[in-house]
Amino acid sequence: MKRLLILGAGTAGTMMANHLRPKLARDQWNISIVDQEKVHYYQPGYLFLPFDIYQPKHIKKPIEKFIPTGVNLIQEKIDKILPEENKVLLANNNVLDFDLLIIATGTKIAPQEIQGMDGPGWRNNIFDFYTFDGAKALRDKLRKWQGGRLVVHICEMPIKCPVAPLEFAFLAEDFFRQKGIRDRVEITFVTPLSGAFTKPKATEILSHLLVEKKIEIVSDFAIERIDNTSNTMIDYGGKEVQFDLLVTVPTNMGDEMIARSGMGDDLNFVPTDRGTLQTETQENIFAIGDATNLPASKAGSVAHFESEILTENILRFINKQPLKAEYDGHANCFVETGNGKAILIDFNYSHEPVEGTFPFPGVGPLRLLKESRMNHYGKMAFRWIYWNMLLRGRHLPFVTPKMSLAGKHFDDMQEHEN
Amino acid sequence: MKKEIAGASLDVNEEGYLTDFAQWNREIGTELAKEEGIELTDDHWQVLTFLQESFNHSEPLSIRGIGKRGPVSIKQFYELFPEGPLKKASKIAGIPKPSSCI
Ligand SMILES: Cc1cc2nc3c(=O)[nH]c(=O)nc-3n(C[C@H](O)[C@H](O)[C@H](O)COP(=O)(O)OP(=O)(O)OC[C@H]3O[C@@H](n4cnc5c(N)ncnc54)[C@H](O)[C@@H]3O)c2cc1C
Repeated sequence: MKRLLILGAGTAGTMMANHLRPKLARDQWNISIVDQEKVHYYQPGYLFLPFDIYQPKHIKKPIEKFIPTGVNLIQEKIDKILPEENKVLLANNNVLDFDLLIIATGTKIAPQEIQGMDGPGWRNNIFDFYTFDGAKALRDKLRKWQGGRLVVHICEMPIKCPVAPLEFAFLAEDFFRQKGIRDRVEITFVTPLSGAFTKPKATEILSHLLVEKKIEIVSDFAIERIDNTSNTMIDYGGKEVQFDLLVTVPTNMGDEMIARSGMGDDLNFVPTDRGTLQTETQENIFAIGDATNLPASKAGSVAHFESEILTENILRFINKQPLKAEYDGHANCFVETGNGKAILIDFNYSHEPVEGTFPFPGVGPLRLLKESRMNHYGKMAFRWIYWNMLLRGRHLPFVTPKMSLAGKHFDDMQEHEN
Repeated sequence: MKKEIAGASLDVNEEGYLTDFAQWNREIGTELAKEEGIELTDDHWQVLTFLQESFNHSEPLSIRGIGKRGPVSIKQFYELFPEGPLKKASKIAGIPKPSSCI
């Protein structure tokens, strides 16, 4: 009996278990998946929890509900991978052998990386919304906050779902307006990037929205530390931003388990081939989702596209066929802009988000890079799609893992290097 | 796009970054630094050499990486190349603008 081991039962690991079980003969392949959590969190919901748009029950379900029968779920913390020995060590000292390993341990926030961030202000006047507990604590804070200077902030790139902080700023603006206290809140968006977003075309449109909604932007801000007495963020160049309420996205890092295994880069992300998803560490170890160092968005949609390609490559590897370098960096994100509207962006390693229609060229119904109500419904429907289709490894109708160029308005098809 | 500097004609992109590192030399680096208002010292050169070596080994560049493995601390890096040090230093070093990937 051969062993396929999946580390992490989040978005990517769960999808891989669902894809692979039907494709690998049960009398030949044992499949196990390991996760320390009992709950599967729908992370895109963390954006809505602080504003009471979603309730906790909408975004929490038991992990085991999504693991197919015939896959062995091990609920335990992973201590480290011993690549050369083809073994994984668990925190309870159990050892798991593998013939094939898939790393899907994601990324998490590391507020301890910035001096003064996880000190006395943490979850007092400094919050994150990238964890369930953080988003819930922020909800409680926002229910009673009476106004002042709100700063929405990104510590350093890369972060998962890079548009989420902007969406948070837009939704906050809407929230305070509905509450009738918009005039008492000053909103500032502080980013280490040179503009609102990483891709120029999308940045143009998003910057315009920031102006329209009277959200100030401070760019090129590389945070060094937080002074907890004056509630000020200070950057390496000496720039200062004062806040009453700070909503930050701390540095995102891979799990320490990756560092203990000697397999990570500076941020504990696993160096992985960007086309095949095979790790640079070893032939029989693959990685998917937020855990990799791929120059693609860290997003559920990315993990979904990767999972279709990784499934094929795992089967090829088992059959001793050459791997396909097929993954093109395809990402597809809805960007909530407030007022019940959203923008949809679709891009890959070499093509920026552009205007057009999706998924049907010329028809839509979703519009790329334009605010619309339909896009907002798309974002809301994503939760249902996530629980019922995505995690279960069902192919999404009309959406291909490789990006389609049809129906999109590329004014110059410039390919740019990453 | 072409750019005339230090008696040479260089290929640059619309943001002024060299598109062919082979065209770079120290004299050009010195002139590019002047355009940014920077007089290069030994400390600057150490950083520039580090960036070029990393680039030649296809190692991704980040401010964090400089602080960890580079010749100076992040704080000093900001003092040497004020405001957007990585972007500025890369331009002077003749290597592409580091993409903060998403
Ligand atoms: C606020 C927010 C909004 C977002 N919005 C969107 C969106 O609109 N669209 C979109 O596509 N994506 C969105 N995302 C991103 C998306 O949720 C992630 O990219 C996706 O969940 C990544 O999947 P993953 O499997 O790589 O990691 P995860 O789903 O995070 O799973 C990793 C799993 O590994 C486990 N694990 C890690 N280390 C260990 C260990 N040592 N031992 C045992 N178990 C371990 C964890 O418990 C976890 O269950 C958003 C994310 C956030 C935070």
